[in-house]
Amino acid sequence: MMSEAAVEKALDLKMNTVPYKMIGKDVSVYYGEKRALFDVNLNIRENTVTALIGPSGCGKSTFLRTLNRMNDTIENCRVTGKITLDEDDIYDPSIDVVELRARVGMVFQKPNPFPKSIYENVAYGPRIHGLARTKAEFDEVVETSLQKAGLFNEVKDRLQEPGTGLSGGQQQRLCIARAVAVSPEVILMDEPCSALDPIATAKVEELIHELRANFTIVIVTHSMQQAARVSQRTAMFHLGNLVEENDTDKMFTNPDDQRTQDYIMGRFG
Amino acid sequence: MSTSLLLLIIVLIGFIAYFAGRARSLAQSGGKFADLHSLPGYHGSYVAIWAMLPAALVLATWLIASPLYIDSSVRSALPEAVKSQGAATVQLALGQVKSVAGGLVRLDASELAALENGSANLRETLAAKGVALAGEGEPYMIGAAQQFNAMRTYSRWLMSAVVLFVAVAGGVYAIRNISTRFRARNRVERVMLASLIVASSIAILTTIGIVASMLSEAGRFFSMVSPAEFFFGTVWDPRFAAAGSGGASGQFGLLPLLGGTLYIALVAMLFAVPIGLFAAIYMAEYASPRLRSTAKPLLEVLAGIPTIVYGFFALVTVGPFLRDISTQLNGLLTGNYQNFIQAQSVLTAGIVMGIMLIPFVSSLSDDIITQVPRALRDGSLGLGATRSETVKKVILPAALPGIVGALLLTASRAVGETMIVVLAAGVAARMQLTPFEPMTTVTVKIVHQLTGDLEFTSPQTLVAFALGITLFVITLCLNIYALYIVRKYREQYE
Amino acid sequence: MTDLASPTVRVSTRPAETRRDIGIKRRYAAERRFRAYGISAIVLGLFFLAVLVSTVVSKGYTAFLQTTITLPIEFSEKVIDPKNERATDAKQLMTANYPLLVRDALVKQLGLDATKRPLVKQATDMISASARTQLRNIVVADPSIIGKTVPVTLLAEANIDSAFKGQIDLSVAETNRKVKDRQVAWMNELADAGILKTSFNTGIFTFGASSRPEAAGVGVALIGSLYMMLIVLVLSLPIGVAASIYLEEFAPKNRLTDLIEVNINNLAAVPSIVYGLLGLAVFINFAGMPRSAALVGGFVLTLMTLPTIIIATRAALKAVPPSIRSAALGLGASKMQTIFHHVLPLAMPGILTGTIIGLAHALGETAPLLLIGMVAFVVDFPGSPLEPSTALPVQIYMWANEAERAFVERTSGAIIILLIFLVFMNLGAILLRRRFERRW
Repeated sequence: MMSEAAVEKALDLKMNTVPYKMIGKDVSVYYGEKRALFDVNLNIRENTVTALIGPSGCGKSTFLRTLNRMNDTIENCRVTGKITLDEDDIYDPSIDVVELRARVGMVFQKPNPFPKSIYENVAYGPRIHGLARTKAEFDEVVETSLQKAGLFNEVKDRLQEPGTGLSGGQQQRLCIARAVAVSPEVILMDEPCSALDPIATAKVEELIHELRANFTIVIVTHSMQQAARVSQRTAMFHLGNLVEENDTDKMFTNPDDQRTQDYIMGRFG
Repeated sequence: MSTSLLLLIIVLIGFIAYFAGRARSLAQSGGKFADLHSLPGYHGSYVAIWAMLPAALVLATWLIASPLYIDSSVRSALPEAVKSQGAATVQLALGQVKSVAGGLVRLDASELAALENGSANLRETLAAKGVALAGEGEPYMIGAAQQFNAMRTYSRWLMSAVVLFVAVAGGVYAIRNISTRFRARNRVERVMLASLIVASSIAILTTIGIVASMLSEAGRFFSMVSPAEFFFGTVWDPRFAAAGSGGASGQFGLLPLLGGTLYIALVAMLFAVPIGLFAAIYMAEYASPRLRSTAKPLLEVLAGIPTIVYGFFALVTVGPFLRDISTQLNGLLTGNYQNFIQAQSVLTAGIVMGIMLIPFVSSLSDDIITQVPRALRDGSLGLGATRSETVKKVILPAALPGIVGALLLTASRAVGETMIVVLAAGVAARMQLTPFEPMTTVTVKIVHQLTGDLEFTSPQTLVAFALGITLFVITLCLNIYALYIVRKYREQYE
Repeated sequence: MTDLASPTVRVSTRPAETRRDIGIKRRYAAERRFRAYGISAIVLGLFFLAVLVSTVVSKGYTAFLQTTITLPIEFSEKVIDPKNERATDAKQLMTANYPLLVRDALVKQLGLDATKRPLVKQATDMISASARTQLRNIVVADPSIIGKTVPVTLLAEANIDSAFKGQIDLSVAETNRKVKDRQVAWMNELADAGILKTSFNTGIFTFGASSRPEAAGVGVALIGSLYMMLIVLVLSLPIGVAASIYLEEFAPKNRLTDLIEVNINNLAAVPSIVYGLLGLAVFINFAGMPRSAALVGGFVLTLMTLPTIIIATRAALKAVPPSIRSAALGLGASKMQTIFHHVLPLAMPGILTGTIIGLAHALGETAPLLLIGMVAFVVDFPGSPLEPSTALPVQIYMWANEAERAFVERTSGAIIILLIFLVFMNLGAILLRRRFERRW
């Protein structure tokens, strides 16, 4: 009988055998004339938490946003290269961005609940995608999503109150529940804890850990400790380039690249 | 000495005072600037202010007070026979005395003598000099007029002397104050601050002026027509009351006017809100920066066109167009070529006013929509919502309070709009439901009651102020509520 | 976790349960509809603008052309001053029978029989009745002209003017139109002789009010509007700036200044006609100022424009970064010096832009002016702001109420003039903003 930690360890060791959920090949991003990403080749493994780290402005958030084409909403932004989800090229004209985003959800840096009730916040995604039809179905999806986000017990008595009235950490978990409610395959998290206090951060990290069983997760984080705590794979970005991608353990103990080592040691960042 | 000459002299004294003050401060410092608390210019200004300000105040007070004083003394000197006939007669007599006085100064000594001993006719003599009297002059008027002229001349002299004395005395006093450590700058700045305060109080004074003037005139109206008849009357027909045919009951009914005002405003809003709101949404959410930077200013041109131009447009283009199209439509449908839309109608006025309101709705809503934080948009798009779903389900609900405020502001403009309805809505005060016939509005009736010859005693004129205060109160409530909502909305997202 | 065990699968396959129907087609149709609504709203708005402008221009551009008839007028002494009294009686030259001179000249030109009165009447009707004043002014200005024959350019009557511009449908039965066939024939004859022609209409800029369209112009109204704009500028700019400086820089934040703030925002939204009532009650009825005078109009428009200027000025002052203030204060400048030496000059472009826009609004404002009696038939140019005058938009209003079709043309012409002024003012504001726009 292995301990839970040992199982984890065993899983992590087998990381190289986990299939790729998303594959980024020669991904470059331009904002007008300015180039923000340089031919990044990075693959995201299924049911794995992949952490993107690096100093500010290194392109990690930019890369994250290419994964569900949130860059489309920015004027003058152009993406080259190829990104696939399963076998589909997500930048192919035949791929629909709405469908893509229903499969690749996103949680943002600052909690951004809609100015609606908690219930409506979670029901929003299923409602627009027509995933639930009856009141009972909605009730169920709201409850399970909130449960998955570990928020249900805290808010079950005030589902009709505005989501903006929750605390920062609760708001962020509400946003995660909102993303989960659409049942995406991949969840992108853009520094989800940067606006939260340590206790709320711990709760969200724990949640990420649990979500891994059902979702592929890509998380951008500022904090190397957080990357070490929540992820199995880590990718290090610097000045728009992917410096190194490796198992998290290896990355933080014995990185291949000198720059990674310097960053982890706090020589720059 | 004429008032403008006096003013010129005061300004001249001010100039001299400025340079004198400067020179004195320089002399005191012995050429060492650093010893002075304030720059020489401030010393100069200090002296100039002392020379000009009190003198100007005295001048202004005198100009206001002396005519009142002279009037009252001339009035009290009128014969008892005149005074006993009531205030209106006295006022009339006073007016005549003043015109006689204006004429007397043009006469030479012999003509004056002829008038005084009664050998010449007052009216004819004055008429020969180009001064027309409203009635036959009474003999006592010559005396009164001479008294009036004498007092005026005396008052002018005295005023000139006093004002000049105050100016010089102020300047001398101020110059004596100057020393190196004298804080001239602080004094000057205090005066400047006071003038800034006076300037900003004009805004308050305007409001007080609006409210007070309208309340007092409307009060006079309500002493003739009861408020209940005005506010709840359903018939607007002021002319019959003027003929004095059996009182004014029910003739000054506000309701038909208010009904027309609200109806036309409603049509205008129904026309402007969808267009303006969709234009705003498209510009805020979809349009490329290039389209936005051309379409937005072009739409705002509509807001810069004077309303009289819209009125003309309604009169010569939209009205006839609607009339003709209704003729054709009726002909096609029933074979009877008879127009069912009048050229002047609720619809004409409403549509044209709607066109005018489009840019108000669109730019106000645009401001509101762009204030919705980007994070909400991203949150919705990130869940896979389409843009329109994001707009309909997230952005509009979030912006709703602000948009309601913007629409209320627009409604207030529609209610108070004048020129379009004057030219396009018609003058018939009636209550009806069809938008194809003319109706009239509060503003149209204000214009009608107040153009032409006015008599500030008849209810026909005064009713305009009662209408005005109604309009003011309605728009005030709309504005204050709307501004409150918009302010709250802004604070929410700041 | 069975799939983890298989090391050969490198790329995941899409799980079947994720192929769900999320109504893409229907939702994109809705999206396209929504987008179409937005585009059509904008197109509709621009369409209305285009129709409005093109209506005014197409109806109005001909107002800048005027048909004239140049006739050799014989200033015959027999007609003007048969008894040679002009040296003794000043009225003689004023009351002489000038239309007779015109008639004689026209009869001679067309070779008509002067005894056939109806025929001659029809001919003289082609020339504006304003010819009387025109000839009188010539003679009064220079009595020595009497006895000479001088070519004088006279205005054609409004209907002839319209007919010559091709605006009258000549296929309509003669009895149903104002221009008779014979007049048309004469008109063409005179035009062929080069006597009747159209030229640029200076009259529309210089004439005052007239009941005859061809002799009506916006000259008096332009002067009235000019007076009012000057008054508004001179009063509202300093007062507005002073008030804004106090409110923005000095006023303590308390209930009173809050009230002033709300009050100013509200005044900016009060219907303009209410300002007219204020002007009527306070300036005319209470203070006894003259009706119809540009001075009162200027005061009323000043009160109306002040809130706009104050709001714009406060925004401009607010946009000046606090660091500028701190820098000046840190050098020991007083608050007053800081504001007048540093903040105000930096805010000036914004203030001027707001002022120009406020002035443009005031220039087009009509309703309050109606109430203070500026709807007056003013023929003579006002020598001072105290004399009766009218304003450009009010002139438009009065002409719009005239029935004659020639007045529609004049009205549109006057609107074009007004719009040109507004365009230039707004362009000025835009240029000012572009030129001095500063990003902090």
